[in-house]
Parts: sequence; C-alpha cells; structure tokens
Amino acid sequence: MATILDPTDERVPVARTVTPRAGPIRGNVALLDISKPRGNILLDHLETRLAERLPDVNINRYAKPTFTKPAPDALRRDIRDGNDFVIEALAD
Amino acid sequence: MASVLPAFSLADMAGEDRAFPNGSPALVCFVKEDCPTCNLVMPLLQAAHDAGDVPLLAAGQTADGNRTLIERHGLTMPLLDDSTLKVSFAYDVETVPLVLLANADGEETDRLVGFDRAEWRTFFENHLPEAVVDWESLPKWRPGCGSLTQDPVIAERLRAESENSPLRARKIEIAPADDVHEFLFDQGFTDGLPVVPPTPERVLRMLGGTRRDSQEVIAEIPPNYAPATVEKIAINAVLAGCKPEYMPVVIATVEAICNRTFNIHGVNATTMGASPLMIVNGPIRDRIGMNKGLGVLGQGSRANAAIGRAVRLAVRNIGGAKPGGTERSTLGNPMKYTMCFPEWEERSPWEPLHVERGFAPEDSVVTVFAMSSGPALCIDQSSRTAKQLAGSFGLSMEAAHHVRAHNAGDVLLVISPEHVDTLQRDGFTKDDIREQIQKVTARPLADLASTEDAGGGLAPERLAAMPEERRLRPTPKFASKDNIHIVVAGAEAGKFSGVFHGWAGGDIGSIPVSHKIED
Repeated sequence: MATILDPTDERVPVARTVTPRAGPIRGNVALLDISKPRGNILLDHLETRLAERLPDVNINRYAKPTFTKPAPDALRRDIRDGNDFVIEALAD
Repeated sequence: MASVLPAFSLADMAGEDRAFPNGSPALVCFVKEDCPTCNLVMPLLQAAHDAGDVPLLAAGQTADGNRTLIERHGLTMPLLDDSTLKVSFAYDVETVPLVLLANADGEETDRLVGFDRAEWRTFFENHLPEAVVDWESLPKWRPGCGSLTQDPVIAERLRAESENSPLRARKIEIAPADDVHEFLFDQGFTDGLPVVPPTPERVLRMLGGTRRDSQEVIAEIPPNYAPATVEKIAINAVLAGCKPEYMPVVIATVEAICNRTFNIHGVNATTMGASPLMIVNGPIRDRIGMNKGLGVLGQGSRANAAIGRAVRLAVRNIGGAKPGGTERSTLGNPMKYTMCFPEWEERSPWEPLHVERGFAPEDSVVTVFAMSSGPALCIDQSSRTAKQLAGSFGLSMEAAHHVRAHNAGDVLLVISPEHVDTLQRDGFTKDDIREQIQKVTARPLADLASTEDAGGGLAPERLAAMPEERRLRPTPKFASKDNIHIVVAGAEAGKFSGVFHGWAGGDIGSIPVSHKIED
C-alpha cells in the first residue's frame, strides 16, 4: 500500500472513479471467457439466466486465447465495437 | 525533576500486551538482533529477569530478530515486538542496548547505554542484587550500535508518522493493485507528464529545503483562493521533481505570482494563453545548479525545469486552475508546463534585472512576467554595430501579438552572449537598446490600420475619425521603453536572441513582480 500526500486544497474528496452506470441492460452483451478452466461453464449458465430474464438482449460470446496475457487488440476492438456491455468471467 | 518516560503498550512474542507504566518499577530495554553488544547483554537481561527484582520490558526492533535472539540465547524473558519502531522513536533511542530504570510513576531513575562492565555491575548491584552474573567473564567495554530509528530512511518515515510531524495534508492510500502513476493521472494531479509520487518521506525531505514552518500560509492561490502552505507547496515540488534546495525559489515564486498586481487569475484564465515566466537572479542560481548558458530556455536542467513546473503544479492543484475549468487558453503554450531560467549576470556588461528593479546585487530574487508566447528568435548574424543590432531587435519585436499592434505592454528580450559583445563594443546601455527599439518601430498610426489585404491593427473607421496630427504621429511598438525588459543568457556561440511576448499589460492585465528569495 503506497501512501501519498494530497497536493490539492482538499476541497474535493479523493474519488476512485467508476465508469458511469449505463442504466437498463439492452442491446448487445458480451460474455468474455478468459480461458481459465471451467470459465466457459460459468458463462453457459450465465447466458441461460440472462436469456430468461432479458429476452430482448443479444448475447455475444468471446474468449481470450490465454488468461495469462491481456486480450489482443483486435479482440478488444471487436468487443468494444459490437457490444454495449461486457461480463468477464474470471473463473477463479 | 526526573523525566517521565513515554507510556507504551507492546505485544510480547506470545501476543500478550505488556504496558508501561503499570504501577510498579520497571526496566525498559531496547535491543536489536544484529548488534553484537545487544547479544553480549542478552544473558544479563535474562539474569535480571530471573532475579525478579524489577519486571523487565525488553523491546526488540525487528520481529525476526526477536525470534533469533530468543533461540540464540535460550531466553525465557518476554521480548516485546517494536518492529514498527514507534516506541523506540518515542524514546528517541540513539544507541542500543539502552536500559532505563523507571520507578512506579514511570520516571527514569537510572540508565545504561552500550556496555561498560563497571557501570553495568554497579547498576546491577544497586537495583538487581539478586541477579547472578559472572562479571569477570565479560569484556570491559563494548560500544553500542545505532538504533534502527537512526537509519535515515526509517527516521524520515517515523518522523512523518509521528504525532508532532510537520505534515498535515490529507493522506491518500493507493491500493496495491493500483499503479501509482496511473492513479496520479486519474486524480488529475499532473500536467500530463508523469510526476514523482509525493510520499510523506519525500515531502519531509522537501521541507528540509526551507526554514519556514510547514503550516505557514505563503499565499492564497486563485481561482479557489486556497491557502498555499509551505507543506502544500512542498508536495507539489515533489510532484514536479524538485530537490529540497529549490524550495526557497518555488516559495518565493508562488508568493510573487499571487501578488495582486501580477494577477495570476487573469493569466490563467485568458483565452490568449499567458503563463508565468520566471527569471532568477542572485547567488542562489549557482548554489542550486541552474543553467544560464547553453540551451537556457530549453530542456535538460533539472533546476530550471522543476522549479517552473512546481509553480505551475501548485497553481493547478492548490489553486484549482485547470484547462477546461478556469484555464481557458485557446491554444495554450509550452510555458504552461514550465518556464524558469536564471540571468547570466556575469556575462552581462549591464546591471542585472533584479538590481534594475531595486534589489541589492547579493540578493537572490525571482521576477515573474506574464508571457503569451516565445521565445521568438531574432536571428541577426550581420549587424556589426550596436545600433544596427538594437534596431534589428526592434523590427523582430514588432511581430509581438501582431505587427500592427503598437502601444503594446511588456516584452522580454533575452540577449545571447555574441549579441552582447556587439552591443558592448559600441558601449550601448540597456537604455540605448530600448530607445533604438522604440525608434525603429515608431510608425504613423495611419500605417497601422487594417487593410483589404491584411487585417489586424486599427479599424479604418477609427483611424478616419482621428485628427490628422494623431494619424501621422509616430507611435512606437511599446507604450513605454520601461515595458522592454532585458536579460542576458544563452550559449557563447550563436547570434540568436530571444523575445517573449507579453500579455495584457498594466492595471488591466499583469504587471511584472519581483520577490526576494529567502531561505
């Protein structure tokens, strides 16, 4: 744990920024398997549940070649361009 | 009056808390495992414990070391874990072993430092008569070792964490999974380039560069008008990459830009994109290793770069002036990262800037100018007389803001050594240079109006409304020759001088400010 001192006038609380919430789930949802064992099974179950609860949502499945390395640029672009939401299964 | 020893509570190796004082006399000891003298006295402390005359509270300075000491010496006495060194720091332990005898009220009544056999023997005979020790088998004398609290890195951490620490700023914890540098970017603490994380230890070191109290308020920085304490300035100086010895310059500059006549709020907010330019004069230039020669206005000198950057970051972080917020520059300019340099006084035949502005030559002084662009070079390799060269400067300077913008405010001319030589050969003074600049740029207002081919300058209808005498009156580039500020700097080789163009001058804009630099 690193500690630093605040360089500002401290009027604003230190914010750990969270991406703005997107509201209701609609459009395309990516399910990303990072290729850890049984991650695909977890995502199969999740896909079933999502399809039941959100029948109008389109689900796209993706998999990283390996969990040990960041996703290739092309895969990241595909996910970004074709989806509104991503659920990543860590499978640990 | 006997001194009262600090109270504490430490866990022994079994995890049981042992408190001091506890209503009875006690022996408070400090040891560390890698100290040979501590190892020498461990059996004596064990003997003291076995004798049972006075309860023993022996604090070891590392947890692993405590385990080793217990194993090595077969100790049954409790060894307390002071691996955070908080108690050792509170006791200001310099040397181990340190043994302090306290009475029931926690007052110190006797002490031993290091190992002197005669002293230890007397101490034991007086206070621990039941202890069994073979004194003759022990050496006569052994020096103690430095307490871990004296290790410079550890000492800074402990000072930062202590209750009387000079640090008051909010501490921000960065999670182990977070990248520190990315976090600093995400929080908006940087100017777009990486910064040095302002850890408490670094800020303490930075505060060592000034004699001023860490909580002294140097200025209130707009737009938030937030108090810039010495500590907050030091934090931003760490971010910028300063050395502690730069602090007096950074502090003086913050004070200078927050002078109301300088108007840092307007300088930040203007769409024209002005920025403080800082010139340092006096002995401190060499003391902190500023570059006044080759590449003086460019990169490569830590002092030049970091001082200017620290001031900019203080304005951004303490004052809250950020691009897109109150900082509204259309284009911005690179000086908004940093622009600070010293005058090469020794290479100048003239009075240096700070002496012209009323300070003594031996004073160290920073002068701030609000500049909107520069350096724009005046490239003149052909002038052989001072008059020619000064006139050449004038023609180059006419481009400031717009060629047709006369009656202008402040301008800064940085004359390079080769150009200095040409001017000096003919005995030109700074005033001679200023007069020649005004002379060659003086044009009738009629020549400074907007035309069909090129805009800018006076509106034709405004010109037409003027009496003829006014239209034909020669008007120099600058409202006054006092607006022309001159310093010497740069490499020995090269007939290139530089011009910085000002912002709105006078009461409606910014007036240059000089401030003495105090330690």
